[in-house]
Amino acid sequence: MDAPLHFRTATEVSALLARREVSSVEITRAVIERTRAVEDRVRAFTARDEQRALAQAAASDARRAADRTLGPLDGVPVSVKDVLASEGEPLTCSSRMLANFVSPYDATAIARLKAAGAVLWGRLNMDEFAMGSSTENSAFHTTANPWDLDRIPGGSSGGSAAALAAGESIVTLGSDTGGSIRQPAALCGVSGLKPTYGRVSRYGLVAFASSLDQVGPLGRCVDDLGLLLGAISGHDERDSTSVRVPVPDFNVEAAARLAQHRERPLRIGLPKEYFGEGLDPEIRAAIEHAIAFYRAQGCDVREVSLPHTQYAIATYYIIATAEASSNLARYDGIRYGHRSTNISDAIDIYAQSRAEGFGAEVKRRIILGTYVLSSGYYDAYYLRAQKVRTLIRRDFLQAFEQVDALLTPTSPIPAFRKGEKSADPLAMYLADIFTISTNLAGLPGLSIPCGFTAGGLPIGLQLLGRPFEESTLLALAKSYEQSHDWHLRRPSL
Amino acid sequence: MSSVVQNPSSTDFEAVIGLEVHVQLRTRSKMFTRVPTGFGEPPNTLTDPVILGLPGALPVMNREALDKIITTGLLLGCTIAPVCKWDRKNYFYPDSPKNYQISQYDQPICVGGSVEIELPGPSRNIMGAHRQVQLTRIHLEEDVGKLNHFAADSLVDYNRAGTPLMEIVTEPDLHSADEVFAFLTALRTALVAAGISECDMEKGQLRCDANISVRPVGATKLGTKVELKNLNSISGVRDGVAYEIKRQTAAVRRGESIIQETRRFDPEVGSSTSMRSKEMAHDYRYFPDPDLMPVKVDEAWLARLRALVPELPFDKQRRFFEQYQLPYTITSVLVPDRALSDWFEQAVGGMPARAQAVGNWIANDLLRELAAAGQTLADCRIKPAHIAGLVAAVESGVISSSIAKEVFVEMFATGDAADVIIERKGLKQSTDTGELEKWCAEAIAANPRSVADFKSGNEKAINAFKGGIMKASKGKANPKLVDEILRRLLSA
Repeated sequence: MDAPLHFRTATEVSALLARREVSSVEITRAVIERTRAVEDRVRAFTARDEQRALAQAAASDARRAADRTLGPLDGVPVSVKDVLASEGEPLTCSSRMLANFVSPYDATAIARLKAAGAVLWGRLNMDEFAMGSSTENSAFHTTANPWDLDRIPGGSSGGSAAALAAGESIVTLGSDTGGSIRQPAALCGVSGLKPTYGRVSRYGLVAFASSLDQVGPLGRCVDDLGLLLGAISGHDERDSTSVRVPVPDFNVEAAARLAQHRERPLRIGLPKEYFGEGLDPEIRAAIEHAIAFYRAQGCDVREVSLPHTQYAIATYYIIATAEASSNLARYDGIRYGHRSTNISDAIDIYAQSRAEGFGAEVKRRIILGTYVLSSGYYDAYYLRAQKVRTLIRRDFLQAFEQVDALLTPTSPIPAFRKGEKSADPLAMYLADIFTISTNLAGLPGLSIPCGFTAGGLPIGLQLLGRPFEESTLLALAKSYEQSHDWHLRRPSL
Repeated sequence: MSSVVQNPSSTDFEAVIGLEVHVQLRTRSKMFTRVPTGFGEPPNTLTDPVILGLPGALPVMNREALDKIITTGLLLGCTIAPVCKWDRKNYFYPDSPKNYQISQYDQPICVGGSVEIELPGPSRNIMGAHRQVQLTRIHLEEDVGKLNHFAADSLVDYNRAGTPLMEIVTEPDLHSADEVFAFLTALRTALVAAGISECDMEKGQLRCDANISVRPVGATKLGTKVELKNLNSISGVRDGVAYEIKRQTAAVRRGESIIQETRRFDPEVGSSTSMRSKEMAHDYRYFPDPDLMPVKVDEAWLARLRALVPELPFDKQRRFFEQYQLPYTITSVLVPDRALSDWFEQAVGGMPARAQAVGNWIANDLLRELAAAGQTLADCRIKPAHIAGLVAAVESGVISSSIAKEVFVEMFATGDAADVIIERKGLKQSTDTGELEKWCAEAIAANPRSVADFKSGNEKAINAFKGGIMKASKGKANPKLVDEILRRLLSA
């Protein structure tokens, strides 16, 4: 029996629309209905505008009726993390600071989705300003993991992953600064891809850490990642860190990589530093099954070393917080955003507005970042962290001289209970231990479902690749997905 | 260590001055976005998400601005950095939309260099001494917005925010208010001539802060410096610096110590007041801007700009002395105005042997007529070649220099060439000896006393006839021929 419409993949929906077996309004209505049914338990969204989405769907159907469709995404509902600017829609970053802010312009990734005819459905919850690994740092509400409503969905793109697992959207966008796409994807049993730094324009992505942030897709199958990535990628003259590299049809290129693999098997590296203590035994077992699968597929799987891995967390929290302290300075209550009414002088506009507008984790990182950039500490912290960052990137590039991809767990632990780590920021930071190095090195990475714990919680498998080799990762992920059905399992809601 | 000053009141003091000059670059669009630059538009109309620092907006470098600052560096003999690197200067202020300013901290695009200045000469018409004032660095940054304070609140206008702004920092290499005046004048002249900036201080396109200290002559250690702000005209800078040197010298003579502070000069009152005592310990937390990739400035880029670097005004002045033998007074009118000196060179091309005459017409008559008509050179109907034609007409004796004045006025009014006007108005100088002899004979007959004076040896008496002859001929009589004929007739 076919899955209900709201659980179809974007690839399937695109085909249904092309064959005119379903209209965009029908599919959009299906996700709206599903969201109405489950959202009070999942709470994946910060804002929803049903009429706006249905109007876009109707416009898409009109284009199709006139044979003027804009491509494979035309009419497909896409939900977006509330960190990407979309003209006329709220842009809150799940922060009290921007609770009433409506963006007057489109992010480049959003403009490209609109140009592709996608139906924008809602704004997705996140950790405030993308800082966190559980979505508990949202100023509005915590999103539940659809597999266990008492547990967190991961973060910071928790809404983007939970909405997919719950059938509230077809495909979503998130952002990944240290694992914020891959970790929630793993914890919610969906797939997510962090592109190479520079692959997708950051224009209109509210900055957390500019040198680490990247927009990427989450989906219920690997093909959806390639489909959505293709739509948002490419050089943008508004972002000087976006790179001029050709944008392939990722799924076509991935298929070609798989065909090549049959001639000359892909080589997979297992970074030994990622398989040490602290790795949940059920996750280790699931990953070992996946390794066995790839060996059986003829892959050359071997151990590699990333010797500077132990410094990654410290390096990341220096660079990311330094950039954040400066990036978040613009939220001051002067031009837009929250302004305190408890003001007695000019300084209070800043001090009180920011004290009231930002949550604890955001303040913690701003203070940390301010400290590491301070006169007298810059060389010891920021400058040194940049040097270690170079060493971490070099580790990866040396490993990629021997192998085509790295395979690791996405998260050392499955979804934890709400509140379990809230009091211990360091324990929370360790949830990203397998994902943050990728951002420091600027590499592409993806997570796909690879099993469940005995308690029924999803487990994610991470694949990391060379710069701009997303297609190789998609090829490996696709070959795994074709032989497993983890991605087809749905939580009972 | 500096020498111990026993009796400050009997010691001579010298001032040590360094300047920080901010110059807005003349570019079509802002430093990091495509919004146009401008002045006087309705508040907050020259903005976009980047200028307003909206969530998610990103800067992208304006290459035209980088071209202009590199050209400035080449013009002033700076070393150009191989890479243009951007840093963030973090501080909170309402005129700064992002609460950080994109600037250049440890790797300015231009290092070193100098500005040639001319000190006041013994009089206006005599050239003063020249010297080079050393620069520390020139870097590029974005301008901030403007605060307007009202009784109950303050409003911010971000039109100026993001305008490309060049900061020129001098070494502590200036020693008097006159030198500071000369420096700013020379800098402005050079930058305007090169099309870098219009340097209009009233529009805030050139702004200057001065760091001033005094010390006993011969001391090597610098005195405590005071930063002087709010200097909004070049003469205001001169007056402010002069006041501050006087104030500090008097204080030291009284045995007081100078407080390190920032002072505001009020040009109306002619004195300064303290803005804040002791520089607040600002920590700008500079770090490389992760939104902007460093830009490589390669040899091809430099070569392209080097080919377009114009001549420095003082170099042009020296060339005008040598090539055209122009006097100082004329060069000091022509050279500071790039358009005017270009105009002169076009005009002189048609009459290279009489460059000084061409220069005189332009520096005196043309500028006077333009001023009287309220016009600029761009409105002028006279073409440069017409000046050469006028000079040629005088030179070849077709018209006298007094008729030339009349011809010039007609040229200015109509835009016609000199020979056309001479022909049309019949102004050609008379060389018809029959006619001249008749006028001369009449003049002699009318002035028997002058005839007697001349014959008794008073050479100057001959001039008495000439006025009448010029009147009779309506100025067309050739003075040289008239003189010859008169002498012949009188000695007959």
